[in-house]
Amino acid sequence: MVAVQETVDQVRQIDVDQYKYGFVTDIETELAPKGLSEDIVRFISAKKNEPEWMLEWRLDAYRRWLTMTEPTWSRVHYPKIDFEDLHYYAAPKSTAGPKSLDEVDPELLATYEKLGIPLREREILAGVEGAGSRVAVDAVFDSVSVVTTFKDELKKAGVIFCSISEAIREYPEIVKKYLGSVVPVTDNFYATLNSAVFSDGSFVYVPEGVRCPMELSTYFRINERNTGQFERTLIIAEKGAYVSYLEGCTAPMRDENQLHAAVVELIALDDAEIKYSTVQNWYPGDKEGKGGIYNFVTKRGDCRGDRSKISWTQVETGSAITWKYPSCILRGDDSQGEFYSIAVSNGYQQVDSGTKMLHLGKNTKSRIISKGIAAGRSDNTYRGLVSAHRKASGARNFTNCDSLLIGDQCGAHTVPYIESKNASAVFEHEATTSKIADDQLFYCLQRGLSSEEAVALIVNGFVKDVIQQLPMEFAVEAQKLISISLEGSVG
Amino acid sequence: MNAEPRILRTQAEDTLALEFAAARTRLPGSPSVAAAREVAFADFQKAGLPHRRTEPWRYTDLRALLRTVPPLVSERAELPAIVDPLAGLDRARLVVVDGAYRPELSDLSGIDGVTVRPLAELLREGDERIGREIATLDDAVVSLNAALMTGGVAIDVPAGAKIARAIEIAHVTTGLLQTHTRNLVTIGADASARILETHVGPADSAYQANIVTEATVGDRAKVIWAKLQLEGAAAVHLGTFSVSIGEETEFDHLTLMTGASISRSQTFLAFAGENARAGLFGATMVRGKQHADIALTVDHAVPNCASRELFKAVMDERSEGVFQGRINVRPAAQKTDGRMMTQGLLLSEDASFFVKPELEIFADDVQCAHGATSGEIDEDILFYLLSRGISRPEAETLLVTAFLAEAIEGLGDEAIGDAFEAIARDWLANRGQEAK
Repeated sequence: MVAVQETVDQVRQIDVDQYKYGFVTDIETELAPKGLSEDIVRFISAKKNEPEWMLEWRLDAYRRWLTMTEPTWSRVHYPKIDFEDLHYYAAPKSTAGPKSLDEVDPELLATYEKLGIPLREREILAGVEGAGSRVAVDAVFDSVSVVTTFKDELKKAGVIFCSISEAIREYPEIVKKYLGSVVPVTDNFYATLNSAVFSDGSFVYVPEGVRCPMELSTYFRINERNTGQFERTLIIAEKGAYVSYLEGCTAPMRDENQLHAAVVELIALDDAEIKYSTVQNWYPGDKEGKGGIYNFVTKRGDCRGDRSKISWTQVETGSAITWKYPSCILRGDDSQGEFYSIAVSNGYQQVDSGTKMLHLGKNTKSRIISKGIAAGRSDNTYRGLVSAHRKASGARNFTNCDSLLIGDQCGAHTVPYIESKNASAVFEHEATTSKIADDQLFYCLQRGLSSEEAVALIVNGFVKDVIQQLPMEFAVEAQKLISISLEGSVG
Repeated sequence: MNAEPRILRTQAEDTLALEFAAARTRLPGSPSVAAAREVAFADFQKAGLPHRRTEPWRYTDLRALLRTVPPLVSERAELPAIVDPLAGLDRARLVVVDGAYRPELSDLSGIDGVTVRPLAELLREGDERIGREIATLDDAVVSLNAALMTGGVAIDVPAGAKIARAIEIAHVTTGLLQTHTRNLVTIGADASARILETHVGPADSAYQANIVTEATVGDRAKVIWAKLQLEGAAAVHLGTFSVSIGEETEFDHLTLMTGASISRSQTFLAFAGENARAGLFGATMVRGKQHADIALTVDHAVPNCASRELFKAVMDERSEGVFQGRINVRPAAQKTDGRMMTQGLLLSEDASFFVKPELEIFADDVQCAHGATSGEIDEDILFYLLSRGISRPEAETLLVTAFLAEAIEGLGDEAIGDAFEAIARDWLANRGQEAK
């Protein structure tokens, strides 16, 4: 079909170099020397004025990390990372603790402006009443939380929303109790590395019975050349609490690959619900596949309490390599886990993403909806595990992973693992792979749409199930990102 | 983490090394075969027995499961009296005892035109077809077979021959042995044939049978192939079937597994010519502490081919069922149509089912799908039958038979299908009793 051929041609011509968010902000940064050693770990810990126990925790992780080797089981290929050739700490110099936005480096604000971050919804940030949507932003510029807004209002509700470094200083008891309880220090190579050198991240604590009054949001941004960014996020929802957390990322254009190894831990106690949404749009590398972010992330939620619920939604359009499996441990009886994902890959991107749903409690439910779109010369893999423990009577899972291929040089793969050790656990899995159907295209063309509009329409329909799960603020941005990522093929 | 701390060799691996060293000079074959044996054994030693971190063997950890290995075959045994599980099914029988073809025990009537030879003869001649279909398989168990193979049967169905009578390769193990059988089946262009593969042995012996069957199917041929694994209850069955099929062929394959204590049946099918169609079906029935693993790789290497896969497994008591299936679609294989379905039925609280249905796709104009389900008998359907006066065991038998029948009938051969369904019904009739 002609339209398909055109699409294929256009995909080939996609100018990945047009990466909209590729720019470097010139701000003085404070860098730790290259390489990793106990001294660097001590340096990072000292920089953050951490208590002794935290330093010990880091050092312990570092020693464990030294004994580990990089995992190779995923379907991604990249040159070996020289962990001695990275800076493990970079902090913007202007972080003496700004009390208001006026104290923040204007260049930094300009960066956010270019990114279109709602941070500069000035009226809201300035505290003007009744101003539009209410999104609290904890902006992470490279590694240090620069500014945290809405703090006061959240405080009124009893919600703690701050940087993890602050939480370590201010709320050590809570941090001690939960940090590393979902993703153990020795969980995997990158999680252990993160445990040793994590620079900053967000901390959310929602007390019993509190429904967080607004969506919480963090924008991550990697800026300084050659700095691995090691975010650490910890979210705790006490009994009956609810919180929705938004995470969005963009990063400037780079020549060398940048490493990102984040750890996110979610804990939901009885009747609590956590909704975690991500839009990831880091630099994917240029059209030759040079550069781009290596994104090795460990995200895991623990439905520790009965009737708790954790929901992951992700839109992955960026990064040269994505290695990410947001998971749910369904420990409490009647707990629920959800995973909604759109992964778009183009150029030379490699995505290996999916989820794990571990059913441990009785009558636990999980739902996985994954939509992969591969274009250009990219590889897009769904890798997931659904398992029912002996005691997980009445467990229920539904999995649907669909892949769409645009162009004949890309690959789409599905690698699901299903492990049932309980007869009353009912698992269903379905997966399809196809290209855009000729009859669908024909139907659209026949009604006067151009082939580009038609492809856009069909792709949007393909991902609709997931887009619907995103909070309003993100849904629009996500759709925009998908079109940017597939630019050339979807008008 | 995937650090591979392969420092210690297991006792089984040590024994195998000693056995190979002792047997290498007396194993049949030309100098080139002998050289290939050395290479294969070196491959095996490098990899060791498959273990938890060997991805294709993820759920069948032979390193842990094979504590010891029985001795290799040294003398020719008499054929023990074993009940014929397919009595009543009309077929020619080629009997392979302890890894050696035994013409005097075989019945070749009604298959005129088909050449049957002992594989050992071909080994001595250094026949180049041996090992060709398994050349790209990176599998330690196959390497072990290549190093230690003693014989088996070579079947040639000439081009254009239409062989109506089914041909059975009856594998019999006679005692506490380790057997390494290799079969070679060549089916010419435009031919049609029905092949049966059966595996039996004494109930009380922990023998280990490693069977590798290589098959090449010519253009426009029509083949029905059914495998029946009814090994003795203490046995280890490691079966590998690797086949490539030509243009416009129609190839249907069924594996029924119910015997052995530990069994693994792996099938590798490659499309070598366009417009071919393959159907791959499986039915597994296990109970007690049995462990049955079915692995499948379908390689769509050329355009315009279709494959259907349907695998059903019933697990009772404390047994484990495994299915690992993969559909590969290579970059050139446009217009591929691949559909894989796997379903597990757990009849007991203590049973387990592990599934990994994979799609690996590098072409865009394809239709590929897979589905997987796991669960117990639907209470509503059961209630419907109970409310009509059918007893619970009867109702369950009815439902499980229907569940398995879908896969068995997929083969599209009535006579073989009926015989296999009878075996499934027997198995169900013995439910609740000790594993055989």
